[in-house]
Amino acid sequence: MHDVRTEPAPSASQAPTTPEVHYINATHGAMSWFFTKDHKRIALLYLYAVSAFFLVGGIFAMLIRLELATPRGDLLTAETYNKVFTAHGVVMVFFFLIPVVPTILGNFLVPIMIGAKDLAFPRLNLASWYVYMAGGLFGVAALVSGGVDTGWTFYTPYSTAASNTHVVLTGLGAFIAGFSSIFTGINFIVTIHTMRAPGMTWDRLPLFIWSHYAASLIMILGTPVVAVTLLMVVLERTLGLGFFNPALGGDPVLYQHLFWFYSHPAVYIMVLPAMGVISELVSAFSRKPVFGYKMVAIASLGIALVGFLVWGHHMFTTSQSVLAAMVFSILSFLVAIPSAIKVFNWTATLYRGSVELASPMLYALGFIGLFTIGGLTGLFLAAIGLDIHVHDTYFVVAHFHYVMVGGTVTAYLGGLHFWWPKMTGKLYSEGWAKVAAVLVFVGFNLTFFPQFVLGYLGMPRRYHAYPVEELSWQVLNILSSAGASILGIGFLLPAFYLTYSALKGQPAGPNPWGAYGLEWETTSPPPTANFEVTPIVTKPAYYYAPEEH
Amino acid sequence: MGGTFTLFPSQGSTLAGRVDNLYFFMLAVTLFFTVLVAALVVVLALKYRRKQADQVGANIHGSTALEVIWTAIPLLIAMVMFVWGTNVYFALAKPPAEAMEVYIIGKRWMWKAQHLTGHREINQLHVPIGRPVKLLISSEDVIHSYYIPAFRQKMDAVPGKTTTMWFEATKPGEYQLFCAEYCGTQHSGMIGKVIAMEPRAYQQWLAAGAPAGTLTSNGEQEFTTLGCVTCHREDGKGRGPSLVGVFGKSQALADGSSVHVDEAYLRESILNPQAKMVPNYQPIMPTYQGQISEDALVSLIAYIKSLEKPGAAPAGAAGTHEAAPAAGTH
Ligand code: HEM
Ligand SMILES: [Cu+2]
Repeated sequence: MHDVRTEPAPSASQAPTTPEVHYINATHGAMSWFFTKDHKRIALLYLYAVSAFFLVGGIFAMLIRLELATPRGDLLTAETYNKVFTAHGVVMVFFFLIPVVPTILGNFLVPIMIGAKDLAFPRLNLASWYVYMAGGLFGVAALVSGGVDTGWTFYTPYSTAASNTHVVLTGLGAFIAGFSSIFTGINFIVTIHTMRAPGMTWDRLPLFIWSHYAASLIMILGTPVVAVTLLMVVLERTLGLGFFNPALGGDPVLYQHLFWFYSHPAVYIMVLPAMGVISELVSAFSRKPVFGYKMVAIASLGIALVGFLVWGHHMFTTSQSVLAAMVFSILSFLVAIPSAIKVFNWTATLYRGSVELASPMLYALGFIGLFTIGGLTGLFLAAIGLDIHVHDTYFVVAHFHYVMVGGTVTAYLGGLHFWWPKMTGKLYSEGWAKVAAVLVFVGFNLTFFPQFVLGYLGMPRRYHAYPVEELSWQVLNILSSAGASILGIGFLLPAFYLTYSALKGQPAGPNPWGAYGLEWETTSPPPTANFEVTPIVTKPAYYYAPEEH
Repeated sequence: MGGTFTLFPSQGSTLAGRVDNLYFFMLAVTLFFTVLVAALVVVLALKYRRKQADQVGANIHGSTALEVIWTAIPLLIAMVMFVWGTNVYFALAKPPAEAMEVYIIGKRWMWKAQHLTGHREINQLHVPIGRPVKLLISSEDVIHSYYIPAFRQKMDAVPGKTTTMWFEATKPGEYQLFCAEYCGTQHSGMIGKVIAMEPRAYQQWLAAGAPAGTLTSNGEQEFTTLGCVTCHREDGKGRGPSLVGVFGKSQALADGSSVHVDEAYLRESILNPQAKMVPNYQPIMPTYQGQISEDALVSLIAYIKSLEKPGAAPAGAAGTHEAAPAAGTH
């Protein structure tokens, strides 16, 4: 094993310090933030906004779990419960999961990691934040004026002909938020194509960049489809156009095709950037290159493209033709393979590494476990004969929480911890961070594992109450609700110690983890222009040790 | 609280065991890979723990052989799952020809069942065991989904369509019936029971509540009341084609194509008659969209299905009616 210093070990005399001028204190006043064109400041604006939505979505989650702790609908009325799980889904999907990694970590890191001064279109970047906030405003308006009860999927004809809640406002909110996603995607793609530092060739790009590239493709190809679909719902509700109404010659299932054509790939908008984070974390805390760099990069693109061909697996019980069901089934199995490859690659990266179990790494290793379960249970749903039974039950709820919360949220938290010293220049309490990581892992499994069992037992999703005679359902629901409280604490803790560290933490220095990558070659926090001089890249990604010959 | 505690649903149909076998196989694969990955992660992370602050890992970039192996093996296993899952799906999707038929209508927030005998039930479905039952499912308002966990079967009730689902109950008993597609306020109240009975008990149940007319005789009445009969005369001399014996056959269309006459086609022809025209007839039939209740529509379809050519042997698709509970519905 090599013993090559990645940087001089800090001795007492050269303890890390914070640069005098950096992007946070370069200019002052509220206006300097609200009109900033600095991608790093915009990332922070997103951090505040997205975190606020996460808190709101989390409060709704706790209400759901409280209600389901007893079989009778005794806490909320049926109507309120339906609005609560709809709000939970809408907020979590459109205002948290889809934006979280690209707009916070991606915004902050994409330019720095490729050695650029900013994104290609700084004004568009700022605009995308305002558009996101505008979409959020519509969502909040819908909430406070009485809410919406369609579920986040807005299935027709319920959403167009039956529901008398604020479907139009909510639909417009999601529609508007979609544009923010499109803007971000365009910005990333152009930036990655045109603004790489000298020597930053495509085969030297960090995997974080590759995965954001792949996710951006979905954002610009898929988001317009859901935008048009939501618009069609709005038009059908307001003007009575009958796209989805059989009485007017429309087809309610057409809506599902259009909706899932975007919303299935959207899962990859959430998970691909998360996978990028995991590649960075596993490599940094093993101090070696990601095993099979090329395959991981190609797998990202593969997932993005094949991900567009599997939407029909949400409709196996909708009288789909047997042939269509078979085609969607086999394609769904195929799209799972690149994900499996990635799991093996990350695991193999540990082999002969220099592994440090710091808090971001705990999240990353937790991710591997949760994502493995989430991915494998997806196969249960791809197997048509089995999906018939578990479709629209709690099995599905468990599966997508394993993928999206276990995947996206743990990766996000791991990444946030990893790059927090870079973003703020400060170190947080590693002890608390480890406690939080363990709480999230334990709480998560206790919350969602019982839901697999519940689903196979037949408990349908979106149920406000369930039959009292199903004793096992209640026991499993109580476990799940108990887990949710632990998970909730695990999510809240970082808010406190990270905020505390930003105010009172020790200076981090440029590279507290001894990690490799351009972002660690600039100061923490970086200057407004990211680098004092444009870096020139001469080495491959993850160059921790010289080549063996 | 009450009831029994179990972590596995009861098996109430002939296919439940087949679905469960696939489930156990996939569970085993999942368990194997989860334990494998978890063990590797833990062992490797501990074995290669960083000893000194400045230590780096070995410069390993990958291994083509390994990557091929761990692409090929999951692919192979996935294909086994695909074939197995599709196989089970065929069994779940294709009702046997001799199945008895029951019409189901979903409506916020109840399940209505209409037997060919004319029996109607709300949130209940009585069926005999040991006999395949085919449900013809439709919806009066939004999408619902007819779900019987113990039978491992589920099918959406889609407005404007007739979907089908089938099962054969194996054990007498009461099984939970749910609506599995979110349908509004009382979605979680749209539940009921499927009551599977010994054939003899089932016959007694039928006899006890004998209704005034059968589903087909109701349909015949609708056929008269709505005026269908004035054009669709049995002798084929009306202004519309005769409907006798058309069900299950192939019907040539004015545009040169042809269509298989099934429930969906009948439904469409009633609601939107101009969509698929039979040659040599004028497009004069009024649309009944919005004029006719889902109940009436169902009985009309059942009636048209029951129309046999006089003297024609009940064979093929037409034979299904003969298997229906009250023989001699027409
Ligand atoms: C403490 C954590 C959480 C708990 C206890 C929880 C609980 C639930 C439950 C019980 C449902 C099912 C509602 C239903 O189908 O009736 C649900 C749905 C959902 N959850 Fe969560 N959740 C949690 C966290 C999250 C997070 C962090 C996200 C996203 C990052 C998320 C995203 C969703 C989505 C997208 C749905 C679908 C909503 C729908 O079916 O309309 N959840 N959640
Ligand atoms: Cu329903």
